[in-house]
Amino acid sequence: MLTKATSGGDIVIQCLEREGVEVVYGYSGGAAMPIFDALVDSKIKFVLVRHEQGATHMADGYARASGKPGVVLVTSGPGATNCVTGLLTALMDSVPMIVLTGQTITSMLGKDAFQEADVTGITYPVVKHSYLVKNADDIPRIMREAFHIATTGRPGPVLIDLPKDITQGPCSAPLVETVDLPGYHVPGRPDPALLHKTAGLMAKSRKPVLYVGHGAVIADAGKAILELATKLNAPIVNTLLGKGACAEDHPLNLGMLGMHGTAYANRAVEHCDLIVAIGARWDDRITGKLSEFCPDAVKIHIDIDVAEFNKVVRPDVSLAADARLAIEELVPLVDALDTADWLKEIAGWRKQYPLRYPKKGGLRAQHVLDRLDQLGGRDCIITTDVGQHQMWAAQFCLTTKHRHWISSGGAGTMGFGFPAAIGAAMATGTPVWAIVGDGGFQMTLCELATAKLQKVPVKILIINNSYLGMIRQWQELFFDNRISGADLEGNPDFIKLAAAYDIPGRRVTRAGDVDKAINWAMAYNDGPCLIEAEVVKDDNVFPMIPAGAPLSGMIVEKPKTKMEKPSGST
Amino acid sequence: MALNTEPRGAQFELDPGKAPRRREIVDIAKPPLHTISLLVRNKPGVLVRVSLVFSRRGYNLESLVVSPALSVEGTNATPGEFSRMTITCSGDRDALEQIIKQLEKLIDVVHAIDHTGQPVIESEVALVKLRAGIGDRTEILQIAESFKATVSDFGVDSVILRCAAGTAKLDVFIKLLMPFGVIELVRSGKILMARGAQAT
Repeated sequence: MLTKATSGGDIVIQCLEREGVEVVYGYSGGAAMPIFDALVDSKIKFVLVRHEQGATHMADGYARASGKPGVVLVTSGPGATNCVTGLLTALMDSVPMIVLTGQTITSMLGKDAFQEADVTGITYPVVKHSYLVKNADDIPRIMREAFHIATTGRPGPVLIDLPKDITQGPCSAPLVETVDLPGYHVPGRPDPALLHKTAGLMAKSRKPVLYVGHGAVIADAGKAILELATKLNAPIVNTLLGKGACAEDHPLNLGMLGMHGTAYANRAVEHCDLIVAIGARWDDRITGKLSEFCPDAVKIHIDIDVAEFNKVVRPDVSLAADARLAIEELVPLVDALDTADWLKEIAGWRKQYPLRYPKKGGLRAQHVLDRLDQLGGRDCIITTDVGQHQMWAAQFCLTTKHRHWISSGGAGTMGFGFPAAIGAAMATGTPVWAIVGDGGFQMTLCELATAKLQKVPVKILIINNSYLGMIRQWQELFFDNRISGADLEGNPDFIKLAAAYDIPGRRVTRAGDVDKAINWAMAYNDGPCLIEAEVVKDDNVFPMIPAGAPLSGMIVEKPKTKMEKPSGST
Repeated sequence: MALNTEPRGAQFELDPGKAPRRREIVDIAKPPLHTISLLVRNKPGVLVRVSLVFSRRGYNLESLVVSPALSVEGTNATPGEFSRMTITCSGDRDALEQIIKQLEKLIDVVHAIDHTGQPVIESEVALVKLRAGIGDRTEILQIAESFKATVSDFGVDSVILRCAAGTAKLDVFIKLLMPFGVIELVRSGKILMARGAQAT
């Protein structure tokens, strides 16, 4: 038997195996063929998707659910450019991902060859780092560096552009273990002096709040944070992506804060005298009008990315460290605080402003999601798409387990929810509910084929209001109800669509039918299934803090008077 | 090119693993020009990544100089492995702090230091092509002599002067030559080096 000389493509696959990669999502093409050929003899499972965007979101969901980097393999030109949205999504939410793109042969670079694109040039702003491989012997070093960069510090996507002659030609370089990156530093343990300063500031607080973000999930700091919270008697609020770090059914957890967060979480932040950001970045969805955000509160910022300090807010203490290590070392330095009055005040707000929705007048998304939460949703992983349903899911589906909530936050990418669910299901084997809107679902529904083939236990819940609901809400509240570009006419029959892919589906139109449908889906784990919930067309998400308004500008129901156009972004 | 004096500005220290500390003295005269020196790995695309940090925020660069670094303390640098960049840009103090941090966040940037307001040695070279008729020649040469500029080219109607000096002095030199009719002006961009034990 003829033994093939080791090609660059073979080495790429060997490096992936060495890094412990088990699944690669992608789509083939001419420029990537040497790598695809090398895959045939590998034990790595390759998932052929139906659109490269789907591949990136699947790798993303895989990474968020497991903590391991997601890997994508696509071809040159349009194959690579179809990954840009997925790269942005991963970069904004700090997700470890490796994207391997084929490229035209090195002698044709820059000459407008077939399916050639300046991929490294196009993706500079949407990656943590990128490489264009010009020499096959660099492949082992680059692959090791890429995985190191993607998974350490603040995780992020790394792109490796692989020209066809490089992957086709021979490669004799050995695989490497170590990396030499003089320009890359990762903070680890916190500075003890700053820890003591933090403890000192905490000791003086009577109205503290722990503000937990995605960094706490990435660092697996939830247990330490709960320990800190119970020791201090301090309440916890989490961001959209911080859901799941600390169980949301814990009495000290006030749920999500921010633009569509719970009223009591926002009130607590508005009136606190100390706020500790743990792996969170003071996003504009959280702070509202910056000049009026917690002006008198002491601010502590714990983050692994030094560039986040002083970016939005000037903290009193900036602790560069891994969130878990920082909190673990902080716990022994603090004592219980006198927060009895504060917690009573917060309990009062909870009673005054509960999350609520009308029980009459048609099927409500909130009811469907509330029932899902009660009927086993907490044991499943939940992914969402983007829009009103995402906010309602964040409010009503309590996340009680680590890495059980997956949602596109920073980028707000429509079409993310369903493919991410496929990746999450493949990563963990846990059943996944993909809560999507009729708008976002249509952006990546071609992956129904992928889901069916992979037999993933994904339950697609389409919240169908035939509108781009969030846009419609803003137009109703701020633009005199002038609906523009938000009416989704011509939606397909989603049940028939699912059946076309041989996927079972149920439609729910009445509140009374919800439980039956959810139980049916929970029991069906042989593959994907779909529930379409036809909900009220013109419902609004409350509470709401209009963009650019201060936290005190929160509204809990539709105002009687006309509202000013928001001054903040989007 | 406006005459400007370098206002005193902020100084940042960034140690890995520690929170950033900042000492500052600020003169609020006009929008300050800051000079940042970077030590970068000489990889393709590093210049683009650095420029994007500025262009993303809508900042313009006044000058940018890149060239190979010969030695790097604490490493066995191979020739050509590292480069030094000197960038002059305008921007307020807060923007600058963010820019420095975003530059340091780049994998290929080893360090970025803001030298504004520090006693550094700076230098720049300018080539000025002037109209030099018979009547003006003496005066032009006198100006050149007082700025220690040399004549690089002597034509019938024009002359090229080469002057190396600090940026402020160069600004004055050029301003004095303007009345004679400057045909072309090319400046090399500012380079700088920190004094003594301080790293550039």
